[in-house]
Amino acid sequence: MTDRSSPLELEQADKTFLDSNELIINMGPQHPATHGVLRVILKLDGEKVLGTECVIGYLHRGVEKIAENRTYTMFNPYVDRMDYVAAVSNGLGYCEAVEKLLNVEAPPRAKYIRVILTELNRLASHMLWLGTHALDIGAITPLFYTFRDREEVLKIFEKYCGARLTTHAFRIGGCQYETYEGFEEDVKKFLKFVTPKIDEYEELLTTNRIWVERTRGVGFLSAADCKALGVTGPVLRASGVKWDLRKAQPYAAYSDFDFEIPTGQKGDTYDRYIVRMQEMRQSLRIIKQAVGKIPDGPIMAKVPKVMKPPVGEIYHSIEAPKGELGYFIVSDGSTQPYRVRVRPPSFVNLQALDQMVRGQLVADVIAVIGTLDIVLGEVDR
Amino acid sequence: MLDYITSYLKSDTTPGQAGNFLWAFIYILLIFLGLSVAVIAMNWLERKILAHMQVRLGPMRVGPHGLLQPIADALKLLIKEDIMPAEADPVVFWIAPLIVVITAFTVFIVVPFGPTHAVTDMNIGVLFMLGVSSLSVLGIVTAGWASNSHYPLIGALRSSAQMVSYEIAMGLAVVSAILMTSLNTDGTGTLSMIGIVQAQQAQETWFIFKFFPLGLIAFFVFAVAMVAETNRAPFDLPEAESELTAGFHTEYSGFRWSLFFLAEYSAMIAVSSIAVTLWLGGWMRPFPHWLTGDTWDLVFSLFPGVTFVLLALMTFYSTIRMPKHPYFRVQTIGLAGFGAVLGLIGLVLFAPPVRDRVQDIYWFAIKVAGFMYLYIWYRGTFPRYRFDQLMRVGWKVLLPIGLGVLIVTGILGVLL
Repeated sequence: MTDRSSPLELEQADKTFLDSNELIINMGPQHPATHGVLRVILKLDGEKVLGTECVIGYLHRGVEKIAENRTYTMFNPYVDRMDYVAAVSNGLGYCEAVEKLLNVEAPPRAKYIRVILTELNRLASHMLWLGTHALDIGAITPLFYTFRDREEVLKIFEKYCGARLTTHAFRIGGCQYETYEGFEEDVKKFLKFVTPKIDEYEELLTTNRIWVERTRGVGFLSAADCKALGVTGPVLRASGVKWDLRKAQPYAAYSDFDFEIPTGQKGDTYDRYIVRMQEMRQSLRIIKQAVGKIPDGPIMAKVPKVMKPPVGEIYHSIEAPKGELGYFIVSDGSTQPYRVRVRPPSFVNLQALDQMVRGQLVADVIAVIGTLDIVLGEVDR
Repeated sequence: MLDYITSYLKSDTTPGQAGNFLWAFIYILLIFLGLSVAVIAMNWLERKILAHMQVRLGPMRVGPHGLLQPIADALKLLIKEDIMPAEADPVVFWIAPLIVVITAFTVFIVVPFGPTHAVTDMNIGVLFMLGVSSLSVLGIVTAGWASNSHYPLIGALRSSAQMVSYEIAMGLAVVSAILMTSLNTDGTGTLSMIGIVQAQQAQETWFIFKFFPLGLIAFFVFAVAMVAETNRAPFDLPEAESELTAGFHTEYSGFRWSLFFLAEYSAMIAVSSIAVTLWLGGWMRPFPHWLTGDTWDLVFSLFPGVTFVLLALMTFYSTIRMPKHPYFRVQTIGLAGFGAVLGLIGLVLFAPPVRDRVQDIYWFAIKVAGFMYLYIWYRGTFPRYRFDQLMRVGWKVLLPIGLGVLIVTGILGVLL
C-alpha cells in the first residue's frame, strides 16, 4: 500500500529512542491482547501509530502440506485445528468441498444437522470474540459471561460427538453420528437459555458510554477498501456490503431458512460489534427453524470406502464465523489430494490491520485486532 | 503504667499536637498494621467480589474460601527470585517503588479516624495529603525510566500526564469543600483534616449535602478524579494490561512489585479517606443531629459489635456449608476458628468503654470501605478509556465543572 522501510530493521530502535519522536515497539508474540502468537511491530510517535507490520507464522504447522500426504478422510480432522474456535465450520467447508469433488451430496437430514451444529458453532465463536474483544478494551466481566454461555454450546457438541473444541463432527458424505437422544430438546433449551443472555451482553456494552467512545470511529474501513483487501465476513458487512455466502451461494440447507443479513453503515468497530451481535440473533433464528423440522432419513450418502475423486479441481467456500472460508482442492485421481489450499478468513482480514490503525492510537490497535476477530491457528495454518 | 494509658485515653488531642512521641510512634505502628491488614483484606475481597460479579468463585483452595490466599501470595512474592533487567539502572530501579510506597503511607499521618485518633493534626492537613500523594507520580516516572524498556516508559508517561491533569480537577473540588468550612460565625475556614470534620459537625450537615446539589457535584468531581489519580479502572491506562502488558511495573517482580501493589491499595484508601473527611462527615455517625438522644447514641454505638457478630454468623453459616469430606476437616475447623475470633471481637466491641472509643474509627472505616467497594464495582463494569478520551474527561469535563462549583460555592458562601 504505502512505502516504508522494513520495520524488521530493529537496529533503528536504538537510534530513534532519544534522537527522534519515533518509537518502535514490538507487540507480541507473547502479549495479552494479540489473541495468540501474532507479532505486531508498531512504529509510534508518542501514542500515535505511524505504521504497523504483522509478523506471522509462529503457529505454522504446515496443514496444507500435511494434506498432500493424507487420504481425503484422514485429512478431515486436521482442518479442525485451523480455526479452533469454529472447528465445525472448518469441517463443513472441507467435507462439502470433497463432496463436490466426488460428486455426491449429503442427505437432507445430514444437511440439517450440519446447519444446526454450524450455527451453534457460529454462536460459540462470536461469544468468544465478544468476550476477548471486550477484555481488550478493558471490560473484564463480559468475558466470563460469554464463556459461561459458550460452555452450553460445547456441552451439546460433547454430547453429540464426544469432543468439545476440535469436534470432527462431519464426515465426507454426511455425518458420522446420528443425533443423540434428546438432541432437539437440548438445542431448544439452549435457545431459550441464550436469548436473554445476549440481551445481557448488550445491556453491559451497547449503550455503555465508554464502550461507544472506544469503538465509534475506530478502525474505519470503507466498503471499497474491504473489497480491495478481500476482507469478508462481519467486517465486510459492517461496512455496508450485504454479502453473505449463506445467501449468495447457499450451501448445506441454508436455502430452506428465513434469515436476514445484518449490515452496518459506517464500518467502524462499533458497527462490527453491532453486526456480530445481530448475527448471533440471526443464528438463533436459523437454529430455531432448523431444529423444528429435521427430516428423517439416512445421515450418510453413499461414498466409496476408498475415495478416489476424479482428476480435477474444486473451489468451495462457506461463510465461517470470521468470513469466507474457502478450500481449493486439486485431485490427481489418487487417494490423496494433489494440493489443498485453504483461504482462511482471518489471514485475509488481518491484512486490513495496517490501514485501519494508521494514524490512530496504540489503544486502538488493540481494539482493531479484537474487532478483526482473528484466530492465529487459522492465520498461520 | 495503667494510669498513664488511661490518662491518655481521656485526653482530647492527637499525640502529634500533644508532642508525645511515644504515643505518636504507637499510633504510627497501629496505622501501619491496620493498613497492612486492610490491604490484605482488600486483596481478598477484591478477588472474591469481582469473582462473584463474574459468575466464578475466586480463590477457594488456600484456606477456607481462599482466606489465606493473600498471605500465600505475599509469601510467594517475598521469596521469589530477585530479577532486575540487565539494562536497568539499579539504584533508581530500587528507589522508585520505595518512593511510591513511602508517599502512600506517609499521607496517613493526618487522616483523622476520630477527633483524637490521628497521628497528628496539621493546620495544612489537606494540602499535606494532596501534596504527598502526588509525589508518588515521581516514583512511577522513575520506575518507568529505570526499567529501560518501552512498555514501562509509555506507561509511566501516561501515568504522569494522567495524575497531573486529574490533580487539578481534584484540587478544585477540594477547595470548594474547604470554602464550605468557613461558613461559620467568625468566617474562618480550615485546612486541618480534623477541623474540616468539626466544621461539618458545627454546620450540622455533611458537605455532600451542603448547598444541594453543589456539594454533591464537587464530591462527584472528586470521586471521578480520585479513581484516575489512583490509576484504577476505568482509568487504569498506565497499567492497561491489554495494551502495555503491565505498564510502569512491567519489569518489576517479587518484593519490589509487591511494594507497588501495597502502594496502590494504600493510595486508594488514602484518597477515599480524603473524600470521606471532606464530604461524608469523617468519623461522624449517620444523622448525628436528627436522631439525637441517649437511645439513638446507644443504638449507633452498638453498630461495630453488631457488624462483627454478623460477620461471625456469616462465617459460621459457611462453616456449616463446608463439604463434609475429611479432606476439608482442617479447613472447616479453621473457618470455625476464624468465625469465633470475629465473634469474640464483636463481643469485646459491645463493652461500653471500648464501644465509645471505637465508634469513630468504625464509622470512618465503614465509609472508606464503601469507596473500596465502588472501586471494585467500577473494575467489574467499565471498559477502559483511551488516552485522549481520558485527557478530555479531565480537562474539558471535570475541570470546568470543578471551577464552576468553586465559583458558585464562593458566591453562595458570601450571600448566605
